[in-house]
Amino acid sequence: MIEIEDVTKIYEGTAVVDRVTLTIQPHTICAVVGTSGSGKTTLVRMINKLVEPSSGAIRIDGVDIAGIPAFQLRRRIGYAIQGLGLFPHRTVGQNIATVPKLLGWNRGRIRDRVEELLDLFGLDPEEFRDRMPHELSGGQQQRVGVARALAAGPNILLMDEPFGALDPLIRAKAQEDLLTIQRRFGTTIMLVTHDMNEAIHLGDTIAVMDKGRLLQAAPPRTIIADPATPFVAELIGTAERPFRLLSLARVSDHAEPGQATGEPIDADRSLRDAYAELLWSGRAAAPVRRNGDIVGRISLDQLARLAARPR
Amino acid sequence: MSVVRTAKAAGRPNWLVFDKLGVLIGVIAAAGVMLPFALFRANRIVAGEGRGLAEALPSVVSAVLIGALVIGFMGALFRVAPSVKLVAGVLALIGLAISIGWSARYLTPPEDTLARVSPAGGFWLLVLAFALLVADALIRLRPGPWLRITALVTVGVAVALLLWSGTWDDLSILREYANRAPAFWQEARAHLVLAFGSVAMAAFVGVPIGVLCHKLQAFRTVVLNGLNIVQTIPSIALFGLLIAPLAWVAANVPGAAALGISGIGTAPAMVALFAYSLLPLVSNTVVGLQAVPASAVDAAKGMGMSGSQRFFGIELPLAFPVILTGIRIVLVQNIGLATIAALIGGGGFGVFVFQGIGQTAMDLVLLGTVPTVALSFAAAVVLDALVELSSVRRRR
Repeated sequence: MIEIEDVTKIYEGTAVVDRVTLTIQPHTICAVVGTSGSGKTTLVRMINKLVEPSSGAIRIDGVDIAGIPAFQLRRRIGYAIQGLGLFPHRTVGQNIATVPKLLGWNRGRIRDRVEELLDLFGLDPEEFRDRMPHELSGGQQQRVGVARALAAGPNILLMDEPFGALDPLIRAKAQEDLLTIQRRFGTTIMLVTHDMNEAIHLGDTIAVMDKGRLLQAAPPRTIIADPATPFVAELIGTAERPFRLLSLARVSDHAEPGQATGEPIDADRSLRDAYAELLWSGRAAAPVRRNGDIVGRISLDQLARLAARPR
Repeated sequence: MSVVRTAKAAGRPNWLVFDKLGVLIGVIAAAGVMLPFALFRANRIVAGEGRGLAEALPSVVSAVLIGALVIGFMGALFRVAPSVKLVAGVLALIGLAISIGWSARYLTPPEDTLARVSPAGGFWLLVLAFALLVADALIRLRPGPWLRITALVTVGVAVALLLWSGTWDDLSILREYANRAPAFWQEARAHLVLAFGSVAMAAFVGVPIGVLCHKLQAFRTVVLNGLNIVQTIPSIALFGLLIAPLAWVAANVPGAAALGISGIGTAPAMVALFAYSLLPLVSNTVVGLQAVPASAVDAAKGMGMSGSQRFFGIELPLAFPVILTGIRIVLVQNIGLATIAALIGGGGFGVFVFQGIGQTAMDLVLLGTVPTVALSFAAAVVLDALVELSSVRRRR
């Protein structure tokens, strides 16, 4: 658990982060959203002491980080940034081994761990371990960057616009990979992004920041339904609200008994996908398929109900 | 492209097209053939008489040389593969190297120890033409760093063989050498100590200063401006300016004189060369460190690397090729500049240059110049190769 309590950071008389209080539950993803200059990056950089707060306290699992030496704290916290910061003069394997090496793991253990992580991210160890970063594609570099951040098995992972440089297709894939890995390791993730879609897709909690202040921190559903300020509403986009709501749930959660004709929809697709499919094929309902069996149907009527503002 | 297409249209094979640089090389070579090949003088300071290709060599030898030159000429002129150009150019250069020695032997009257034969304008033009051809071919072949070093060593061995075999013994420059062989090696050592010693000292001091400049903005402005001013002082003036303060140090600081510090001699020369080396080294260190990707440094910090781990593990290795380029610049510069040290008694090959100028003995000037040029050239090739080797693994 990360507890940020009444934290302020002042640079040259301006509060870049202004009295922010935020708690991030263990094993969840918190997406910090805001425009540039909102203080979101500064907030995250305070968690691993890259920035020292001017006032306030940050506790990790109940321990105030002010008492932990910075280098020790940082070796326990994964850190992945935009532009990745891969070391261009070191191989992929050496890059991933950075923190384990700092922690003094023995060679065999480091080697096994590098292999395990490369496998996990779909990069063949034999092929990629000894490559240099510039020999990889953008998507592969990004995976190496995250693998490096996870190398020592940290409980907490800080990510600053980690998918910023990727094109949309690779970006979607990288987001799925991140969700899979988060579920597998139960890592607590704090992720900075300026992209509301990304925040809604990845975040268990969304924290919206503007001009150093935390405007709202809540689950996506609440943020969409009850934006705390006009700025939050604007960030979500009023015209987008029903579709964003639909994108939060899966077809399987809302399938109803009954029949429908035409091409079935997979149960693990989002409601938004189902809605688009129904509109496009001109149907009022479609069968829902799970593992090849038809388990019910999803209808426009029901989608319309689900897309309405929750009360 | 367009040249090739026109040629094809005219129905000529591709290789029969004139190479643009080749035409220039051809013109230079043609002028070289017209001008005197060797210069004969009754003694080392009288004016010489030029001897053309036909008179400078026995007829068989000049026929062979002309054959080699024609091969080189064709290689230059037509658009053939670079490797063919390289072979043609090397053949022509080997022909020239052997025949100039032969010419000296042929032109010197038997038992005459005063007469001097030296290469004349024609020889130098021919060497220039075919060296251009070889250089152009090498650039087009893009040899890797190891291959370039190998080529340099091969040339060095070939020159050593020619010297050892006595082929050039009758040339005036080697006559001068024979008269002062011990002095030559002594000055060679002095020259190397001056050039390499000053660069080593400057690297030892300049790189840490560069690192400080990188960390402290205010310091950077002061240091770089100061060094810029040093760089603008003419070299002879700087050598002269140092005489007074160092003489004072030698006279007033206990132990300084015992360390070899004095107003003239090696000390001021060393200090001046050191001062000239600082700016390129400091600024290259700063530039190299600034070019290290900020995200890599931030990531290193965020993963818990300590300051020294970041500096020695990330920043320094990434800046190293640029720093090495700085060392290459000052080394080549100082090998040349060290010649001037002779003016204030610092020794080095400059001694022969200034003696030669004083005696109007051009052969002696050459004895000082040729090794200096060869040394600079070799240093440039080796360090360029090292720079490439050090950066090849991280090229983006």
